[in-house]
Amino acid sequence: MRFVDEYRDGAAARTLAEAIRRKVTRPWTLMEVCGGQTHSIVRYGLDELLPPEVSLLHGPGCPVCVTPVAIIDQALAIAARPGVTFCSFGDMLRVPGSAEDLFAVKSRGADVRVVYSPLDALALARELPDREVVFFAVGFETTAPANALAVAQARREGLANFSILVSHVRVPPALEAILASPQRRVDGFLAAGHVCAVMGTEEYGPLAAKHHVPIVVTAFEPVDLLQGILLCVSQLEEGRAEVENQYARLVQAGGNRPAQALIGEVFQGVDRTWRGIGPIPGSGLGLRPAYAAFDAARRFGVEGVGGPESAACQSGQVLQGLLKPMDCPAFGKACTPDHPLGATMVSSEGACAAYFRYRRFAPVEAL
Amino acid sequence: MSPDPTALACPRPLRHDTVQLAHGGGGRLMKELIEGVFLPSLGTDPAGLHDSAVLEAGSGRLAFTTDGFVVHPRRFPGGDLGELAVYGTVNDLAMAGARPLALAAAFILEEGLPLEELAGLVASMKAAADRCGVRIVTGDTKVVDRGKGDGAFITTTGVGLVPAGVEVHPRRVRPGDAVLVTGDLGRHGIAVMSVREGLAFETPIASDCGPVHHLAAALLEAGLDVHCLRDPTRGGLASVLNEIAAAAGVAIEVREDAMPVDEAVATACEILGLDPLYVACEGRMVAFLPEAQAEQALALLRVHPEGAGAAIVGRVLEGPAGRVTLRTTLGTARLLDLLSGEQLPRIC
Repeated sequence: MRFVDEYRDGAAARTLAEAIRRKVTRPWTLMEVCGGQTHSIVRYGLDELLPPEVSLLHGPGCPVCVTPVAIIDQALAIAARPGVTFCSFGDMLRVPGSAEDLFAVKSRGADVRVVYSPLDALALARELPDREVVFFAVGFETTAPANALAVAQARREGLANFSILVSHVRVPPALEAILASPQRRVDGFLAAGHVCAVMGTEEYGPLAAKHHVPIVVTAFEPVDLLQGILLCVSQLEEGRAEVENQYARLVQAGGNRPAQALIGEVFQGVDRTWRGIGPIPGSGLGLRPAYAAFDAARRFGVEGVGGPESAACQSGQVLQGLLKPMDCPAFGKACTPDHPLGATMVSSEGACAAYFRYRRFAPVEAL
Repeated sequence: MSPDPTALACPRPLRHDTVQLAHGGGGRLMKELIEGVFLPSLGTDPAGLHDSAVLEAGSGRLAFTTDGFVVHPRRFPGGDLGELAVYGTVNDLAMAGARPLALAAAFILEEGLPLEELAGLVASMKAAADRCGVRIVTGDTKVVDRGKGDGAFITTTGVGLVPAGVEVHPRRVRPGDAVLVTGDLGRHGIAVMSVREGLAFETPIASDCGPVHHLAAALLEAGLDVHCLRDPTRGGLASVLNEIAAAAGVAIEVREDAMPVDEAVATACEILGLDPLYVACEGRMVAFLPEAQAEQALALLRVHPEGAGAAIVGRVLEGPAGRVTLRTTLGTARLLDLLSGEQLPRIC
């Protein structure tokens, strides 16, 4: 497979791992921001290739994982309404709210559908004029343009039966929160390649300078990640703290301007609570007043809905890089992908799910 | 050999174009369906129709299996529900080392199903059964109200003879066995998904839907010490390996770079976020036999077109019991776990 196989090449990976080994002189802790990167690291066993001085922490960049319980509960409340067709990316269906998940609501007869794009939901709204079609708009800056496009199109077409339940979050405020934390353990970041493909790299400069931390925009394949780690370790060894771009084949400094314009047209910055972490000021995107008619939480009056999180779930610690999944007492016991306590065990990008799937090396002994 | 529905001439005109509730009612219309659609294709018992077929079995051990088929859509690139229902059960018999003897077919039809489509499915079944040298000797039809079914569901049940001395079972898998697959992985699941999801690829991906009983026979008749056979249907190769490792109390290690996966299937999986090792095949077999016999087995399999892509993909280790690991292209190892409730559409 061209453009994929070369980034999974064993020889190239070993050469990079060797270069990291030669470069490093003391311990460094790096955080990969995106859950896609986490899965690649665990899936390919990249940490096994690294020298013992380099440790990796798994960051908060899993949109499914950071969606707060309250918003899942709102989704459940909306989906359960008669006349509603609730559309979501597949991952969200198994994320537990405070009492149940979307699959449970679906099994009781709710019309819950898995779609691959908000535009699929928009098409459903055209097909089903007598039903309220709601799309669950979760995600970072990567999914925001498509969601903005869907809403803008719905307004242009006057599709009154379409709305979105918004839980958008942004990366830079989360990095700021992690860097400002007194428990900070992170020496450098591998920033999320696809977020930067949309937003560019410019907003990371002030973060790197303020906290004197190297930030390397990195892609998702094993060779990419090892190259990102090499760039980051090199900066740390040389005392530099810059924004570097490993993913130059896709990411431009200015990002994708038309996508940014679309986001700016439909969304505005809002405070957002992150599941397991808590409120982070200015960390979310919400619909602008001009698009408030498409806000499902308002339309269905569920803004106040929402229960507490499971007390046993420590996903907040995992998402901030303070706890490794396998060090959680519930991991693989009370919490498994079939019976998840928190979203990090559900999502295809969740760190706990990655460890459960690829690294739970002694299932018989451990359980 | 592919069935041509238009070649199927009904001996008497049917009064309806679609399945009616009364087609399952036991009366005249049901007789018409049997005589107009099923018998012309599947043939009639020379001894006359009766509630059961009676088979000559000789002495020895019988293998006996059943499987329900609900694939949607009913026609997909490389196959259809009818042939899938035959090959699925024939292959299950073959995985016990059995030579397939006869099949039974039970149809659950939804009111309104076009009779022409039903005739096409039955013709497919007949062609598939002929290809496997097996007869469909008995059957049943029920019709459910419109909206209470999804067109057509077919359940096939099969019996086969297990030759003397053949003992093919997961418990015989032991450390030192090689793991072979008879061809590239994941075709069927991706072929069905691509139709369902309206995905168009530059190279259309055809299902591998087909028989493997002759591949099993090739290994057994050559006198190889075949320990276990399994067809990697739902859950794909990874699930089979996990089941076998648990049943045999062994560990299995497979190599990522040895896995035969078609370029188009690999690309589709990349786009859909699927791992081809978990995607269903419907015309592949996994074989466990002593490593010393692996090359000979490979040569025997590759003689057949259906085995041309055969490969040795891994080996069986002492333990820990139940653990399946994948050696990645980078040389690292990771768990190849059972899937946790990932939802895939109905594919068989």
